[in-house]
Amino acid sequence: MIDILKDRQNQVFEGRKDQKFEMSCDKISAAGSVSQRACVFCGSRVVLYPIADAVHLVHGPVGCAAYTWDIRGALSSGPELHRLSFSTDLKEKDVIFGGEKKLYKVLTELIDTYHPKAAFVYGTCIVGVIGDDMDAVCRTVSREKGIDVIPVHSEGFKGTKKNGYQAACIALSNIIGTGDISGIPEASLNIMGDFNVAGETWQIKSYYKRMGVNVVASITGDGRVNEIRRAHGARLNVVQCSGSMMTLAQSMKEKYNIPFIRVSYFGIEDMSKALYEVAERLGDAAMLERTKSLVQEEVAAIMPEIRYYRTKLEGARALVYTGGAFKVFSLVRSLRTLGMKTVVAGSQTGDKEDYQQLRDLCDEDTVLLDDTNPMELAKYIQEKDVDLLIGGVKERPIAYKLGVGFCDHNHERKICLAGYSGMLNFSREVYSSVCSPVWSLMPRRRKFTGGI
Amino acid sequence: MVIADMKPAPHEAARNACHLCAPLGAGLAFAGVANTLPYLHGGQGCATYIRRYTISHFREPVDIASSSFGENATVFGGKGNLFKGLNNVIKQYHPAMIGVASTCLAETIGEDVAAQIKEFYLQSDGWCPELIFAPTPSYVGSHYDGFHRAVFATVTALARAGEKKQNINILPNMISPADIRYLREMCSDFSLDATILPDYSETLDGGSWAEYHRIPEGGTLLYDIRRMGQSAATIEFSNFLEPEVSAGNYLAKTFGVTNHRMGIPVGVAAADEFMKLLEQYSRISIPAKYIKERGRLLDSYVDGHKYVFGKRALVFGDVDFAVSIGAFLAEIGMIPIICTAGKERNLREPVKPHMQKALEFHIFEGMDFVAMGEIADKLKPDIIIGSGKGYPLARRLQVPLIRLNFPIHDRLGGTRLRCLGYGGTQELFDRVVNGLLEKQQDDSSIGHAYL
Repeated sequence: MIDILKDRQNQVFEGRKDQKFEMSCDKISAAGSVSQRACVFCGSRVVLYPIADAVHLVHGPVGCAAYTWDIRGALSSGPELHRLSFSTDLKEKDVIFGGEKKLYKVLTELIDTYHPKAAFVYGTCIVGVIGDDMDAVCRTVSREKGIDVIPVHSEGFKGTKKNGYQAACIALSNIIGTGDISGIPEASLNIMGDFNVAGETWQIKSYYKRMGVNVVASITGDGRVNEIRRAHGARLNVVQCSGSMMTLAQSMKEKYNIPFIRVSYFGIEDMSKALYEVAERLGDAAMLERTKSLVQEEVAAIMPEIRYYRTKLEGARALVYTGGAFKVFSLVRSLRTLGMKTVVAGSQTGDKEDYQQLRDLCDEDTVLLDDTNPMELAKYIQEKDVDLLIGGVKERPIAYKLGVGFCDHNHERKICLAGYSGMLNFSREVYSSVCSPVWSLMPRRRKFTGGI
Repeated sequence: MVIADMKPAPHEAARNACHLCAPLGAGLAFAGVANTLPYLHGGQGCATYIRRYTISHFREPVDIASSSFGENATVFGGKGNLFKGLNNVIKQYHPAMIGVASTCLAETIGEDVAAQIKEFYLQSDGWCPELIFAPTPSYVGSHYDGFHRAVFATVTALARAGEKKQNINILPNMISPADIRYLREMCSDFSLDATILPDYSETLDGGSWAEYHRIPEGGTLLYDIRRMGQSAATIEFSNFLEPEVSAGNYLAKTFGVTNHRMGIPVGVAAADEFMKLLEQYSRISIPAKYIKERGRLLDSYVDGHKYVFGKRALVFGDVDFAVSIGAFLAEIGMIPIICTAGKERNLREPVKPHMQKALEFHIFEGMDFVAMGEIADKLKPDIIIGSGKGYPLARRLQVPLIRLNFPIHDRLGGTRLRCLGYGGTQELFDRVVNGLLEKQQDDSSIGHAYL
């Protein structure tokens, strides 16, 4: 029997009738709880990572840069600077005497070597402590090299991953508004919060193109500095992964009067809803018609296969744990499309509103988890008799050890899960894990594979 | 013997670093002690990043706790976080030991972690697990240093004097779980009672579970670590570790346990040296099984010698790994291009004794993957040996990559790869030869299926 730590009891909702629903969230992980969450730096790094023509320099000791080298499946249609890992690799003497000189040298050297369109400089924990004036160094190098050199204040201890998202948004708002926006058509939007993992942004862009909508900037999937500069010329911000991008969407609303909508590109329902909303906001009757036929065509193309998987998966039970909460909503709905039930759901960075919405969406007895840890995941996999875990690499072995299927829905994955074809890929992923015959050999046998 | 006087272009930045930070190494070492939870005193991100990186290699649960510093802890000190963190770990994991390593954040704000741990120990009512502290700021050294510091901290804290026994200690360095298992098998075949520290051969490479384990089974027993001071000898697979953080050296100085330092026993010569030590301390002559393994290995050296002769192999990784593999490459007639990552140690002279058989060898220190690429463009290796992170380089150069060491994130079975002893060398030799043959076959316009 695994107990929930006292410090975490308000972050776990067990779905019991006698339990009042009041999730505590948005706080620094309890010490010793083995959180699945990383840090402020991680939040900034994942958001800005896909900008492919910028140098991303991590100012600090080597680890932070090494652990984030080319880990994301974020693709680029052109330059691939984002796939390189740069660090100032601070040593003891830099910590004692300050790292500014080294930062200056490293930045200069990298810009001269790689000729980026801009450079992002990420502050790590110790930079915040030793008091390097990153802003000043960035200004100097920017002036000397004639490109934007943007400090990202992502010192790891200054909050949670969410604060890192905000720091990234602030960095982005430094370049937005600096490009020429003449010639941008009326029906235009920015794709925000899609990171082109396995080409997902391309998938979404192709839908918008068919609808007759122009994409000004993708922030940040397959991102380019000069596109982002022009983002203020769009008529609408379409925000996925709202946890990471809301700060920017809100500031663009205030500054440039660009409205935003929150969408998700995962699952048939949410994908279609996103396209219809965009058509309503930006288009005329003709665009709405085009959107309708697009949706019909796409859905018709994938449904036969999905129906087949549904016959195999009906009644299977899932645990969903992701970074952002908005994705969880889509996954709960997608799993329903497959006849599956979400028995445990949670996120690293959800807020109170998110959890209320999740509670409304899920079944009465669905367990909800904020900023959970391996022991809790294991507890509910066992207690709720889970057949599939959807999460990231860190959650994978917990599922596998217990003979439970797994679907990677995190940024390391190399399979496109967005859009209609993405829903098909997702169904295949789920099917090929839940219905694998290997589980029947494992000590914890699964009923879907001929075990007990 | 030629040592080309060549250097990569001068650079300040680490570009695609080849080394990782010290707390990762410490976490790995602590995970090889029975019923132990690694713990990082510092920010939450460090633990999570290191977990992800380690999990992706071992494909096993790797739980590492953290003090989860926020701004308050950073400004006012992290003692409160440490106490709370340790208490939570004790409640949730019931560990026999917690291996605490410090991060750069904790070290930079000047935390006296050792004193805090002592205070925690004294204030804890009733039972408290062993609390071991290894200082591992990431701005000093690399994962290599962190690993050895954790081993050193564990041994210095736990080993006790006592009546001398026949058993031996083996400090195997950062080798694969399969290599550790093979080590155990060898010792068992020599009827030698050996304490291998760390031993993550089961904790990080275990079976499927009927129910969840708080901490995976396996690991070096605390009981065995405590009696390391009573062993007849220590065999430490490291030629380059500084004596002041060498657990073998500590045991020798403190308890008079003879320390034999050698490289990781890869290749016939090094494996022979290791076997001699096992013979010496077990007083049993080498079992027939190993004589036969050795015989097969030699026979395969003959079968394969022409395919490898004069071929250049770039081997990268931490110093002990790269030089040990380099010595094996020299033994079979290949030209080692040794690229070490992390701290620079002026290795040119110290590696010469290990390269006596080399027709030619090259050594470069403090390398990242960009610098390694520059070297490779000039020296044109035929094959690369190292972690999976060498893949982009191997792909660009269109040469085979023989994956070995840590991490391997792009293949299954990194935990099962071997290079140690006759058996491991056999596996590695076959992979190197076949890698070269496959390349030759693939590049051929004819593509004979008979080579």
